[in-house]
Amino acid sequence: MFFFILKRLAQSVLVMAIVSAVSFSLFNFVGDPVNNMVGQDATREQRLEIREQLGLDDPVLTQYSRFLGNMLQGDFGLSYRIKRPVDQLIFERLPATLELVFVSAIIALVVGIGLGVYTGIRRKSWISRGILSVSLVGVSLPTFIIGIALIYIFAVHLRWLPSSGRSGTVDLGWWKTSLLTVDGWRAIILPAITLSLFQLTLILRLVRAEMLEVMQTDFIKFARARGLSERAINFRHALRNTLVPVITIIGLNIGGLIAFSVITETVFQWPGTGLMFIQAVDFVDVPIMAAYLVFVALLFVLINLVVDILYFVVDPRIRLGN
Amino acid sequence: MTELLKISGLDVDFDTRRGTVHAARGVSLTVRPGEVLGLVGESGAGKSTIGNAIVDLLESPGRVSAGSILFEGEELRGRSEAEMRRVRGDRIGMIFQDPQTSLNPLMTVGAQLVETIEKTNGKISGAEAENRAIELLEQVGITEAKARLLAYPHQFSGGMRQRVVIALALAGDPDLIIADEPTTALDVSIQAQILDLIKQLCRERALGVIIVTHDIGVIANIADRVAVMYRGEVVETGDVAQILGAPTHEYTKSLIAAVPRADRKLDRFSSVDYIEGGTTPFKRIDIQTHWLGESQRERGSGPAIEIENLDLSFTLQKALLKRNRKMLQAVDDVSFTVNEGETFGLVGESGSGKSTVARLIAGLYRPDGGQIRVIGQDVVSHPKSATARTARRALQMIFQDPYSSLNARMRVLDIVAEPIRFYRLTDRESETRKIVGDLLDHVGLGASAALRYPHEFSGGQRQRISIARALASRPRILICDEPTSALDVSVQATILNLLKDLQQELGLTMLFISHDLPVVRQMCDRIAVMRNGGICEVSDTETLFSAPTHEYSRHLLDLMPRMDLLGEA
Amino acid sequence: MSHEQPQERPQDRPLTRWQRFKDNDIIWSFLHSPGAMIAAAITVFSILACLFAPLIAPFDPFDPSQISLWDGKLPPAWVEGGQPQYLLGTDNQGRDMLSTILYGGRLSILVGLAAVCLGMVLGVTLGVISGYVGGVTDAVIMRIADVQLTIPGILLAILINGIGRAFLPLELRQEFAVYVVIIAIGLTDWPQFARVARGATMVEANKEYVQAARIIGLPAWLIMVRHVLPNTLRPVLVIATIGLALAIIAEATLSFLGQGIPPTTPSLGTLIRVGNEYLFSGLWWITFFPAIALVVLVFAVNLLGDWMRDALNPKLR
Repeated sequence: MFFFILKRLAQSVLVMAIVSAVSFSLFNFVGDPVNNMVGQDATREQRLEIREQLGLDDPVLTQYSRFLGNMLQGDFGLSYRIKRPVDQLIFERLPATLELVFVSAIIALVVGIGLGVYTGIRRKSWISRGILSVSLVGVSLPTFIIGIALIYIFAVHLRWLPSSGRSGTVDLGWWKTSLLTVDGWRAIILPAITLSLFQLTLILRLVRAEMLEVMQTDFIKFARARGLSERAINFRHALRNTLVPVITIIGLNIGGLIAFSVITETVFQWPGTGLMFIQAVDFVDVPIMAAYLVFVALLFVLINLVVDILYFVVDPRIRLGN
Repeated sequence: MTELLKISGLDVDFDTRRGTVHAARGVSLTVRPGEVLGLVGESGAGKSTIGNAIVDLLESPGRVSAGSILFEGEELRGRSEAEMRRVRGDRIGMIFQDPQTSLNPLMTVGAQLVETIEKTNGKISGAEAENRAIELLEQVGITEAKARLLAYPHQFSGGMRQRVVIALALAGDPDLIIADEPTTALDVSIQAQILDLIKQLCRERALGVIIVTHDIGVIANIADRVAVMYRGEVVETGDVAQILGAPTHEYTKSLIAAVPRADRKLDRFSSVDYIEGGTTPFKRIDIQTHWLGESQRERGSGPAIEIENLDLSFTLQKALLKRNRKMLQAVDDVSFTVNEGETFGLVGESGSGKSTVARLIAGLYRPDGGQIRVIGQDVVSHPKSATARTARRALQMIFQDPYSSLNARMRVLDIVAEPIRFYRLTDRESETRKIVGDLLDHVGLGASAALRYPHEFSGGQRQRISIARALASRPRILICDEPTSALDVSVQATILNLLKDLQQELGLTMLFISHDLPVVRQMCDRIAVMRNGGICEVSDTETLFSAPTHEYSRHLLDLMPRMDLLGEA
Repeated sequence: MSHEQPQERPQDRPLTRWQRFKDNDIIWSFLHSPGAMIAAAITVFSILACLFAPLIAPFDPFDPSQISLWDGKLPPAWVEGGQPQYLLGTDNQGRDMLSTILYGGRLSILVGLAAVCLGMVLGVTLGVISGYVGGVTDAVIMRIADVQLTIPGILLAILINGIGRAFLPLELRQEFAVYVVIIAIGLTDWPQFARVARGATMVEANKEYVQAARIIGLPAWLIMVRHVLPNTLRPVLVIATIGLALAIIAEATLSFLGQGIPPTTPSLGTLIRVGNEYLFSGLWWITFFPAIALVVLVFAVNLLGDWMRDALNPKLR
């Protein structure tokens, strides 16, 4: 157990090292950092001074280690555009993104797994076929189109829900949440559905496919030959074996939610980190881009770690070895 | 009522897009309590279909279209799914072929037993169910049963897993057990134990048992009565001694004649009439004048293969620290010499390292240590040197699995012609095509096979294509790695005959690898017995079978199926 | 029954190519699956319609002489105020919607195809080498793929695209935007292909026909190209089809975010982005029709990919 986790940790560190190297090279190779700091019309002396300040004349390895040291303290420097520390900016906007992702993940997992199991068991029923056809449409709908459609229907046409922004937040001191007020929920519901729909259909289709796969195995046939009930076969034997591959994909999918939050936040003008990132890309605001990259990679690494531990719990073949 | 099960006039159909396949036609069988019925046949005979039809577990789109299945006097046909569920497990138990996949990997053995016991015994307390589970495990010969209840399937060995499967089949105290190839996936020594267990349970509990198998050896060991199936029909039923000793139906006769005999060496297998295509004699080429015979003129006189102190280990588990690494010594200090023109056998159970030795000689693996010389040339020290390459080209290999040993996306012509084209063994494409045609004729497939793809051929025919491909390099040495163990016994006989003929005509040296002692006895001049990567004994074939010196050789010989029921061929 | 050999069919002559084609299980399954045929029809139809856009579109949206601002913001022909020559209405600049959609779809499909091809060539090459050679090569390639997979594709595409644009001088950005998008999406795609190709290669490389080729003495590159590669293409084809749908979505998403194809030569995503600004003022058709075109296109490709995955999976047949 200990070595298993240790090995995964080592892998995570490797991933973070590579990602940080990439984001470091973003700083050095994308655009001219001095130009970005002072603008086009600065004097030669000003430029040299800034070069000196930033340590741009040091050897690359020294610069990288300095970057790593700062990164570990959460220091990514000042935003080129807003001129404020990047870590502050991210932490201000983090609750909005995390809450959106959290609500979407719950919707995607509960509905996705539920419908996946249903369509996996009742393979031949018309409801299953209907769900399956609709799910294929779901996979084909780009997130931004879902968002636009929901806004048009529920905000513009029916006027039931707000079309953009986050409202009704309550400041808990260290966290601004919108999950405690009705207004907050009204604002989050459309973006959350938009974000979850694509992942929901993916999970649904995956769970169903895995169910069908497991149903073909010998141990299911043997369970039938022992006369076990359909219920026992479906849930005790098939579903649990389905979970092993499903857990991996779900881990990836939650990562997908974070990625697509960029698009959802843009459509709904949701004040999260994704919106900040896309604006930063527009202006080549490298410190924010780099910080966001590291931050997303860190979230992913954490999710993968949790997935690995779940594996360990679910599958005795990994837990107990051979 | 003496009959436990009485099947009469059973038809099973599979509707496919190419028309209806009659998997079983007019099958009639009876099983009495305390009796083992062997249902024997080659692949495609429909024997497994019968077992599945009895418990109504036919795979889609199979269906029973006629006949009756009387079990303890009641008709099983036309029962509802709920009624059949009460029959399965409670009154009829099943055992499948592969114990690796028959058990749910995520549930403990105890949980799977308790679940089945609760289902079959109705109201029963948890503690009672557990006691019953322990009892069952003990009955199938698993020690420390109580502790083993908490173990997962992957913590058991293959043989032990099959015992667990049997315990599960017995959990509902059934009257009939249907065992579908229960020992095919197991090693010889474990096979015998499992068969003994089934036989003993059958006697003690007065169970009826149907053993579905392709293996005459299994039948000889366990069955009381035998039903022989051929293309969906039962062609002959009778006492085991009569079927094996004095078969009456033509198919049974040729089937029995094709079984390799362990008791003495025959020159050839007697001709087999009932086999899948490719028996028509094709034009054979004159080796003396043909392109193929040219390699014969290069013959030397020294040993063909010399091996000294060969070592190879595989890493099972990687680790930074040496002491944490798990290594498997697959080949351990192996030395032997194969003389030019002889057939040398390597026998052993799975995991003995015999196939690894073959792959080392063929150059598919590099040894950790030791020497390999092929026709006098060192092929280990400088594997890329010109001499090593030339020596290697004189050596070709025939593999076990006829389905994966041919590239499915190439025509037979291109498969067989590949070595000729690559080494430019002829000058012109037209000549290459002619040679390929000749080779296909010579191995008994016919030149017209050249333009087809591998999937259009049966297992035995594919093995002939493999042989033609090997011949296309004009080899002097042929390594045969279990060349017939994936084939039906009658097909095996024809392939072995072909190999024998080729060896004599071309003066080939053969390294013949097999787990099957009777086959090895028919094919080889000398034999090396392997175990755990090392060699136990190298002897002349007749010496090994009459007076084995090593203890393990004696053990293996004892495990050979008793074939004393076979008549005089 | 299924695990036993099929009965031999009597065959006197080898099948012709056409007979073999018709007899092929996949073709058979295709001819018996209405969904797959409809999907294929829609896909082929859309691709043809878009490729031949210059021939069939009623207007050329890039020809200023055919555009008049007076005709701007006209609704579809069947709505009050619509004009018959503009079947689906016009956009804010007075361009015919039907024509812009055809041209836009053409760009979307071309970018998607090019991106998938780039990802496929890169991924399959690296994957086959990785799976066949093994050892350190394999470890390095697959670690890179793993790290890249740690970052979601669309994010990476946005990032690569952003960096690519940052490197280009301002005046060239519009001109080269299409190529930057193709490279960005192609580079994010390759790990999927590499993984699938590597997995298939490792299965194939262990099969005995590859060992037979090694014993014959064929060099590694020839074995990879002649034996391994053709046998790994089935799963790659499935991934490529689904990948095409995803690439079209990715391009549309980038363009929608304003990071992709510029409005001067709009793709479907750009059209939706532009139209979205007019959605609240009731000019729904500027967004609606490009969105429908995009969804139908992606849906058809997905349907095809879905069918192909089932048809190529022998277990489910």
